[in-house]
Amino acid sequence: MSFPWAEEYKPKHPAMQWVDQRLPLPRLVYNAIGAGYPVPRNLNYFWNFGVLAGAALAIQIVTGIVLAMHYAPNAATAFGSVEHIMRDINAGWLLRYCHATGASMFFIVVYIHIFRGLYYGSYKPPREMVWLLGVVIFLLMMATAFMGYVLPWGQMSFWGAQVITGFFSAIPVVGENIRIWLLGGYAPDQAALNRFFSLHYLLPFVIAGVIILHIWALHIPGSNNPTGVEVKGEQDTVPFHPYYTAKDGVGVGVFLLVFALLVFFAPNYLGHPDNYIEANPLSTPAHIVPEWYFWPFYAILRSFTADFILPAKLWGVLAMFGSILLLFFLPWLDRSPVRSANYRPVYRIFSWVLIVDVLLLGYVGGSEATPAYLLLGQVTAAYYFVHFLIIIPIVSSLERTRPLPNSITEAVLQGKSGARMKETAVDGHVAPAE
Amino acid sequence: MVSLILRYLNYIIGAAFAFVLLLALWGTASELISNPPEETAEEVFHLEPMALHLQSDGPFGTYDLRQVQRGFQVYKEVCSACHSLKQVAFRDLQKIGYSEAQVKAIAADWQIEQPGVNKDTGEAATRPNVPADRFPLPFANDVAARAANNNAIPPDLSLMAKAREGGPAYIHSLLVGYTDPKTYTHDGKALMKEFPDFSVPTGLHFNPYFANLNIAMPPPLTQEGQVQYQDGTRPTINQMAKDVSAFLMWAAEPNLTKRHATGVGVVLFLLIFIGLTFGAYRNVWRGIKH
Repeated sequence: MSFPWAEEYKPKHPAMQWVDQRLPLPRLVYNAIGAGYPVPRNLNYFWNFGVLAGAALAIQIVTGIVLAMHYAPNAATAFGSVEHIMRDINAGWLLRYCHATGASMFFIVVYIHIFRGLYYGSYKPPREMVWLLGVVIFLLMMATAFMGYVLPWGQMSFWGAQVITGFFSAIPVVGENIRIWLLGGYAPDQAALNRFFSLHYLLPFVIAGVIILHIWALHIPGSNNPTGVEVKGEQDTVPFHPYYTAKDGVGVGVFLLVFALLVFFAPNYLGHPDNYIEANPLSTPAHIVPEWYFWPFYAILRSFTADFILPAKLWGVLAMFGSILLLFFLPWLDRSPVRSANYRPVYRIFSWVLIVDVLLLGYVGGSEATPAYLLLGQVTAAYYFVHFLIIIPIVSSLERTRPLPNSITEAVLQGKSGARMKETAVDGHVAPAE
Repeated sequence: MVSLILRYLNYIIGAAFAFVLLLALWGTASELISNPPEETAEEVFHLEPMALHLQSDGPFGTYDLRQVQRGFQVYKEVCSACHSLKQVAFRDLQKIGYSEAQVKAIAADWQIEQPGVNKDTGEAATRPNVPADRFPLPFANDVAARAANNNAIPPDLSLMAKAREGGPAYIHSLLVGYTDPKTYTHDGKALMKEFPDFSVPTGLHFNPYFANLNIAMPPPLTQEGQVQYQDGTRPTINQMAKDVSAFLMWAAEPNLTKRHATGVGVVLFLLIFIGLTFGAYRNVWRGIKH
C-alpha cells in the first residue's frame, strides 16, 4: 500500500507465518494501522479525531447490543423497559448513560473531524473519495441517531419522529402517502417504533462497513497533513505504529475523560427533560427540539417561512437536506490547488466565519422560534449556502495563496509544521534531498 | 444554454436559497415591526425555580437518607392519594435505609392494592402488595383519574425530578409557590395592574412557578404538621416540600450515589492513563521533529 518505503510485514513466530501464508489478515492490519503505513510526520492533534470517531462507534455498538438485550420495542413497554434498564439491570444506568452520551460524543468528534477536513483541504484531489464516503457516513449517523432517539418513547422521541417524518409530506402529490408508508400508520406508533429499532440496530454495522471503505480510500494516497503538501520522500513520514498509535493513545485518554465527566456527573446535561415523560400523542410539548447535533439543520428548516413558487415547508426541507448534500460537491466547488488553509489567507478567514455561522445556527435551532431568533436564523442560513455555493468557488479562483514549503520535512525543520510561512522563509531554501 | 446553466448551477442554487431566505427575512421583519408581539402574563410573571440545596447536588453528592425517608413519608401521606410512582418498587425502599421487614410492612399496609385475579372465579380482584410490586396506581385508568381531578390527570412522579427544567428545585418551588394573584407582584410589577383581565379559570390555582401560571393541582401542603415526622424534624411547609423533593430526586435517580462514586474512580484512573500515554508518546517521538 501507499509508499514504496513502507515496512513489510515479516512475522517472526512460526504460527504467525503459518497464518500469514493462509489468511494474511495480520498483514492487512499491519499495513492499515501498524508499522506498514507511513504517515506524514507533522500531523497535529486534529488528526486524532478519525480514530476517536472509530472509538465512539465501537462504544455505541458494544453498549447498544447489551441495551438491546433488555429493551422492549413496543409502544406499550418501551418507556418502562428503559426505566427497567436504569433501575434493575446490573450497571444498566451506566450502559444507557454511556449510549446516550456516547451519541453526543460521536457527533462532537465527527464535527471536529469534518472541520479538520474543511480547514486543511482533505477533500481535494486525490482524496475526493475519502470525503464522499465520509459524507455518506455522516448521513448514516444522522439517520441512526434520529431513530435511536425515538426508541425510549418519551415525549421528544414521539414528537421528534412526528416532525421528522413530516418532512416527507412536503413532497408534492405523493408526500403524505410516502409518510404513511414509512411510518406504517398515520402517526408514529407500534409499527414505526419496531422498524426504527430494527434499522437502528442495522445501520451502525453499515456505518462500520463504509468506514472500512473510507480507510481503504484513505490508504491509496495516504493521509493529508497540516501543510497540505504531498509526501515527497521517506523523510516526510513516520510509521503509523508506534508513532501515531502512541499519539492516538493520548487522544483516546482525553476523549474518555470528557466522556466520563459527562456520563458520571452530568448524564442528562445534553438531553431534554421532556424525554423523561412517556410519549403521549394527545399532548404536544411546548417546544419540540431535536438533539443538539441536529440544531443547525433544524434552524435551516425553520428559517424558510415564505412561499416562493414552492411552499415554504418544501423550501425548508429541500434546504435542510441540501445543506448536507452540497458537501458531496465540495471537491468540485473548491478549485484551488492549495489544500491547507494555512496558505490560503482568504479561505482561512471564511472557514472560521463558517464555524461561527454554524454555531449561531445551532444556537438558533435550539431556541424557541421567536421573531428575533428567526431573523438570526434566516441570516445565518443564507450565509451557509452562500459560503459553500458562491463564496468558496469565487475565492478558489481569485485568491492569491501563500508560497508552499517544498516539502513536509522542510516545513518541520523550520519549526513550522504547517503554520503559516513567511514568503522569505521559503525563498532562500533548497528542497531537502528526496 | 444548458451547459451554461450547468456550469453556473452552484451560483444559481446558492442565490435561490439566499433569495428565498431574504424573502422570509423581509416577512419576519415586517411582521415584527407592523405587529410587534405583545408580552403575555406568562412571559412577565413566570418564575424560575428558587435555589434548592440538597446533599445530592454536585459531583460528590449522596442522598441524605433521613431526609429521603421523610420525603417518602410526605409522598405516602399526601401525594400518593393522586400521583402514581409506577417505576419504583417497594423493594427499592431498602436502598433508602428501610429494613426488609419494614418494607414488607409498608407494602402490606399500602392503602391501594395490586390489581389481580380471583384464584377461584377468575374475576378481577385485588391483593395486598408485596415488596416485589411496583407502587400501585391510585386510579384504575385515565378516565377515573380525570373524573376525580377536575378533568386533569395527575402525572406519574417516578421521573418528575428529571422531567422538568430545574428538577427537585422546581418541585420544591412549585409546592411552596401558591399565592394570591390579586396581590402578586414581581420585579415591582403587580400582576393585576399589568394584566387587569387576568383571571384564574375555575378549578385551577395560581402558581407563578408553573409554566402557564395556572395549575390544576390544589395546594397539597397547606399547614405545618400536616405530616408528623418521627425523627423530630419540624414539619413546616417548606421542610415538607424540601423533603419530598429530595425523595423524588432519589426516585428518579436511585443510582446517583453509586454513579458519583464510580465516576470519581474512573476519572482518577483516566488521569493516570493519560499521564502514562502522554509519557509513552513523548518517549516514542523523542528526537523526531514534527
